[in-house]
Amino acid sequence: MKVKAELMSAEAITRTLLRLTHEILEKNHGIENLVIIGIRNRGDILARRIIQAIAEIEGREVPLGILDITLYRDDFQRFSETAVVQETEIPIDITDKKIILVDDVLYTGRTIRAALDALTDFGRPSLIQLAVLVDRGHRELPIKADYVGKNVPTAPGEEIAVQLFETDKEEGVVLLQPE
Amino acid sequence: MPSNKPEFFETLLLKGGTVVDPSSNRNEKADIIVDGDTIRQVGTIDASSFSGKVIDCTGKTIIPGLMDMHVHLREPGEEHKETVESGLRAAMNGGFTAVCSMPNTKPAIDSLSQIELLRKLSGGMLTDLHPIAAVTKGREGKELTEMGELAAAGAVGFSDDGSPVLNSGLMRNAMEYAAMVGRCVIDHCEDPDLAGGGHMNESLQSTYAGLKAIPSISEAVQVARDVLISEYTGCPVHIAHVSTEESVRIIRNAKARKIAVTAETCPHYLVLTDEAVRTYDTNYKMNPPLRSAKDQAALIAGLKDGTIDVIASDHAPHHADDKDLEFSAAAFGIVGLETSLGIVLTELMGNHQFSLVQIIELMSANPRRITRVPAISIQQDQTASLTILDLGMKWTVDSAAFMSRSVNTPFNGRELSGGAWGVVNNHQVFVK
Amino acid sequence: MKITLTHLLGLEGVSKQDITTILDTADTFKNVLKRPIPKVPTMKGKTIVNLFFEPSTRTRFSFELAEKRLSADTVNFSASSSSVLKGETLKDTIKNIEAMRIDFVVMRHGAPGSAKYLSECVNASVINAGDGAHEHPTQGLLDMMTIREKVGRIEGLNVTIIGDIKHSRVARSNIHGLISMGAHVGVCGPATLLPRDIRELGVTVYPSLEDALADSDVINVLRIQLERQKGGQFPSLREYRTLFGITGERLQHAKKGITVLHPGPMNRGVEIDSDVADGNASVILDQVTNGLAVRMAVLYLLAGGRSKMEGDSNAQ
Repeated sequence: MKVKAELMSAEAITRTLLRLTHEILEKNHGIENLVIIGIRNRGDILARRIIQAIAEIEGREVPLGILDITLYRDDFQRFSETAVVQETEIPIDITDKKIILVDDVLYTGRTIRAALDALTDFGRPSLIQLAVLVDRGHRELPIKADYVGKNVPTAPGEEIAVQLFETDKEEGVVLLQPE
Repeated sequence: MPSNKPEFFETLLLKGGTVVDPSSNRNEKADIIVDGDTIRQVGTIDASSFSGKVIDCTGKTIIPGLMDMHVHLREPGEEHKETVESGLRAAMNGGFTAVCSMPNTKPAIDSLSQIELLRKLSGGMLTDLHPIAAVTKGREGKELTEMGELAAAGAVGFSDDGSPVLNSGLMRNAMEYAAMVGRCVIDHCEDPDLAGGGHMNESLQSTYAGLKAIPSISEAVQVARDVLISEYTGCPVHIAHVSTEESVRIIRNAKARKIAVTAETCPHYLVLTDEAVRTYDTNYKMNPPLRSAKDQAALIAGLKDGTIDVIASDHAPHHADDKDLEFSAAAFGIVGLETSLGIVLTELMGNHQFSLVQIIELMSANPRRITRVPAISIQQDQTASLTILDLGMKWTVDSAAFMSRSVNTPFNGRELSGGAWGVVNNHQVFVK
Repeated sequence: MKITLTHLLGLEGVSKQDITTILDTADTFKNVLKRPIPKVPTMKGKTIVNLFFEPSTRTRFSFELAEKRLSADTVNFSASSSSVLKGETLKDTIKNIEAMRIDFVVMRHGAPGSAKYLSECVNASVINAGDGAHEHPTQGLLDMMTIREKVGRIEGLNVTIIGDIKHSRVARSNIHGLISMGAHVGVCGPATLLPRDIRELGVTVYPSLEDALADSDVINVLRIQLERQKGGQFPSLREYRTLFGITGERLQHAKKGITVLHPGPMNRGVEIDSDVADGNASVILDQVTNGLAVRMAVLYLLAGGRSKMEGDSNAQ
């Protein structure tokens, strides 16, 4: 794969997350009953950053949850060679809470479907909203994000690579295409 | 596809082979003319004046016909595993001109009519059948068979093989009575209480495998008993399928004291050990079980110094239904007639520097001596019982090509060096 | 991460890395079991047959529950051991399994090596739930998981197995697994119930229970079978208790902080006293919970180990 286009710089990611945070607060009228749950891997990092941003605005942290959806994937058979089951950390009862589900890239929608299944095994939230850094289209399920950092039209075969300082050496979002 | 049937002849010339025969002290290139079942001439023969069948034996080695004194032919009773006919053909294919059949058929060979049946079934075959009759009626270990009449009818020995003669008093009587009629008792030595219903040798390997195990002493304690009875009575005893170091030691000591004990071992004990059982492949299941490397070394030393007199195959055909099972449910035993010679030549001559003369003692002369079957010799006017070897032949065991009805061998695919190329016996010749 | 196995037939020859992967995954599954809905859809559509040719309650329940917690479809087959003596039942049953589309077979059978035999006959992944006196790998794994959880490590520990080693598949799986993981394994039991050449496995044989207890960080107490007495292998349960029973009094002289395991079912008052079994040193009930997690992990990892890598990586 080679880089086709640089989609977001580190600064752009920071600005975008700040915008998403404001949108979340506006739509939910504050932080009452709010829980931010990130999907491994990278969704959890974005979730932490959003919580940090909320704390700076509202002066209070909202609870963080981390979801590993490995056990809920419908493509388990195809990808389980690399499927390391990791900890899921949902520290509070999510029943009657407003859940903001956070992931880096929204593509087919299957990960979100799995995450919704997983969440319902932990309780019955009053609502679940979805925030993603990039929406690249090509949905295979009727799933739509409530908060989108950037819409990127892509062709099948192309890939979106999200790099974050916490897990990668650099930060940024690039579009890759086959060589 | 070569024929699996031998060819009858009036006169036969074996041309250009090397004749090796310790009984006539011969080890030289020589032609042989066979007239029916008798050797007419040995020496340099002008083929142009000969009108019978000629076989070019250049590069081949002609030795006295081999005899396997321990085979199971399964007839009567389990003809789906082997018949007398298929077993004798397997023997022919393996280079044997004579075999001794064990009496643990269903029913057991314990009466004149059973001996008569075997005589009829084996009539006209290339390979001779010398039946061994049961020691006790029905092999039940209770009453002696009519050994005198059985011997007169052709039984060359007595054995309850498959089972030991457990009762020591009965064993003493059997040895004394058999000696009186000029035969010896062949004992399957196994103390069933020590053997404990086991399925493999007791060792580190059984500790790994978790299978019930048979200690080496279950064989050796009974060998010791038989040796003591033999010493006390002065009667001969032959120990079947020796597999352990302890047995070899006891027999060596007994022979040093001139006790009339003889013994055999089998090719598989010389090349396989109990480590193979770790695969749970039931073709490694036999009784006595495959033992340790230490036992294997003792057996080879015993063969070398004459402690063990005979190599016999303990050919034990079984149907897949009895073998394609979990290890503990599978039957004991493997076929051996068609691999025995190749393994012995490869292992003992190739890896342990045995001479061909030693092999002839172990597989032809000694079995005949122990069973009182007349000795053979490659000389004029002697019985024509010949095995033709190809010592240079490299071959791969292929159980699909066996003439035996059964294919339960652990040696399928094994590469061997040297084997039988042909046999001559009973007016018949078979060459590959 | 995945394991290199397609079947779990035993722990002999299984690498430290594979065992560690299984135990780590089992730790995660233990958390799944604590959720409000302790069930995940991971193995939806997978069919597992539990073949039990020997009576077993605990192991069968544990496997069945593990399968259900992973949303697999399960079928149970039990046969009395008497009809199996000749072996036809296993062979015929295997043929039946071949004809149905089964993904996993969990089997307990009295014949050592039967799990391997099965694995050679069917396409399904085979998990050995005990084959005679050979191996019981998931028990070995759950014992190791429990030790790791209680003590914090396995490497370098002195772990001693006490009782009838000779006839015990639990002992064999523990020995192989623990040695792989770097523990020092000891055994202690009646001389008649120690298998031949056991030292050659790299195991210490303790001549007396007192010596064993003084040295051991962990003891795994095996169930003593009454049949062995009838077979003349030890004189009486009474004497067994006197020489090898783990009593509270004996434990007072044991190494400080000793942990006690027992694979169950226990003969209270024979190989182990109630004050030990129910006391602070005992992790016997943790073993049961961990058994469930370990079996889920094994099923999960074996299912993964068999799949092919395919598809695009951007499917997240």
